[in-house]
Amino acid sequence: MSVTDTDATERVEPEPATAEDPSVSGVVDHSPVSLHSPVPKVVTHRAAVPATIDHAEQAPRGVRLAKISKTGDRIFRSLATTSALAIVLLVLFVGIFLSALALPSLQADQDNFLTSRNWTVAGDQLRFGIAGLLWTTVLSSVLAMAIAVPVAVGVALCLTQYLHKRASGPVSFIVDLLAAVPSIIFGLWGLSVLGPFLAPAAEWLISKIGWIPLFSRGVDPKGSVFVASVVLAIMILPIVTAISRDVFAQTPRDHIEAALALGATRWEVIRTAVLPYGRSGVISASMLGLGRALGETIAVMIILTTPSVGGPFSPSIFAGGETFASKIANNASEFDSPSKTGAFIAAGLVLFVVTFAVNAIARVIAERGGAKS
Amino acid sequence: MSATTTDPQLSFRRPSGIRTVKNALATIYVIVATVLAVIPLFWVLYTVITKGLRLILTSTWWLQSQRGITPRREGGGAYHAIVGTVEMALICAAIAVPLGILGAIFLIEYAKGTKVARGVSFMVDILSGVPSIVAALFIYALFITILGLGRSAIAVSLALVLLMLPVVLRSTEEMLKLVPQELREASYALGVSKWKTIIRVVIPAAFGGIMTGVMLGLARVMGETAPLLILVSYAVGINFSPTSDTMGALPTMINTGRDQAQQLPGYERVWAAALTLIIIVMLLNLLARAIARASKLKER
Repeated sequence: MSVTDTDATERVEPEPATAEDPSVSGVVDHSPVSLHSPVPKVVTHRAAVPATIDHAEQAPRGVRLAKISKTGDRIFRSLATTSALAIVLLVLFVGIFLSALALPSLQADQDNFLTSRNWTVAGDQLRFGIAGLLWTTVLSSVLAMAIAVPVAVGVALCLTQYLHKRASGPVSFIVDLLAAVPSIIFGLWGLSVLGPFLAPAAEWLISKIGWIPLFSRGVDPKGSVFVASVVLAIMILPIVTAISRDVFAQTPRDHIEAALALGATRWEVIRTAVLPYGRSGVISASMLGLGRALGETIAVMIILTTPSVGGPFSPSIFAGGETFASKIANNASEFDSPSKTGAFIAAGLVLFVVTFAVNAIARVIAERGGAKS
Repeated sequence: MSATTTDPQLSFRRPSGIRTVKNALATIYVIVATVLAVIPLFWVLYTVITKGLRLILTSTWWLQSQRGITPRREGGGAYHAIVGTVEMALICAAIAVPLGILGAIFLIEYAKGTKVARGVSFMVDILSGVPSIVAALFIYALFITILGLGRSAIAVSLALVLLMLPVVLRSTEEMLKLVPQELREASYALGVSKWKTIIRVVIPAAFGGIMTGVMLGLARVMGETAPLLILVSYAVGINFSPTSDTMGALPTMINTGRDQAQQLPGYERVWAAALTLIIIVMLLNLLARAIARASKLKER
């Protein structure tokens, strides 16, 4: 066995270029001088190198090239491949196992799973649906995104287009560190500090536009979807800011200077060069943030006031409610019978599917767009 | 700004009024946004520090558990919770770190640019978006419902693996991309096989970045609460066994005590536990940054 057929040497010495493959190292000569040959002539730099080198014959006398065992390579390669496959299987298993356990309960469900707001899972008669959960989850996450994205874009612009590098470093650091705060601490802080702080603003909004159902008076202003959304916005701010910042920083210098040369003000530079370039990145970042907000558990669970069972449904952002995640976490101690557990797993499955879709869309948008995050 | 010396058709004037105003408004907007973004961190830290600092400065906080302490009584510490949090995170890291690094090696060293790599990469993206509650439910379904095992700290660690894995894998992947191709080629030229090149040349070169990812992953899983709620019961006493069904942890210590009245001594312990958790997580984050800064490989 010669050294040439290991992976290692293949990388160092590519196959000599042939006429069919001019991209390797050859220069295609299209000059009209080469009239005698009908096909473009290929001048290769490696023309002298034969396809395989037999080291035993060609190595200078006295140089011994040791054999390289392939066993280690094979083992290591299969280890790496197995790990990668395990990751793929893990994600597939999440979907498969959750579906498998949710299915019996879904079949036993007396109500329409998608439109019912009931959640009676104890006993024999299963009556449950996700309408209420879906509403609160989507409402709080979309509101959080609506708050976080404009701020994050502003911060990202400030960091990349306004501040000097020496000042932008610490600011980025502070915003990044926000991502390190555990969500339970955000929940604790949101309920005991931010909720009371936002209460006057909520009161004012209710008094002004309370006639719109979305802003009508809820039960408990401190434990409202509104407060939860602001906390969620703070939690997703770092990721949206970080990605937007990276995308804006990649705006080609030429575009910015071209705009400046045309007499654009700083804002016009941003509007004509920076924002169009970073648009897909910002949208993708917003979707990632939305995915995070949808699945956030403990902060939302602590803040939101759980509505009384059988109470009237309020679509308002100033009412309490339960999201998929907070519903499951709130009832974690009650997983005793398979049918009951299955109902909660069904809710978890919906959450998984929704976040899967949102993240997949984020990835597709990021790949379509020119800028890489 | 004078137009006198140039072509009369060109006018170098200041931007018109409306444009200046728009520009000024944009500047004000980004400054306000930045100030708004900086406030929450300090506000949260201020709240947690003012409410929790007194207790964590006592030695009992770090040396005792909550065994026998009721919410109405002063005393006790968070030792049991710190032990539990660290233990579960370390078990999780023992599984997630090798798997993540090997996965990244597969993506960069073996399958770069192939369709398989794109598929795996997509799945990693999905995994990084899986909510912690879904990861916990999955482990519950697999471990407790299907395999019939009970709740345990190990189950929590396994759920945390799902959350830590993408963090480690992505940061390792980014680092492996930065390792210069020349280093690998130099190693191959010496006749070193591929796997030895990866272990002896590529990984050491990327080591700083990989450690950064590990630290960030640890910081993330230590603050997770949802898997703890579903997969293990909170214990007030010290317990080192990862197979038992109760174990203390800082997030569940906070969650268990948060409902009590604010005048009770137990409520102060909730904030002290929050401060302890923030200190651990922040230290890990700062450590990660320090390692990244000291690392030999830099972007570009």
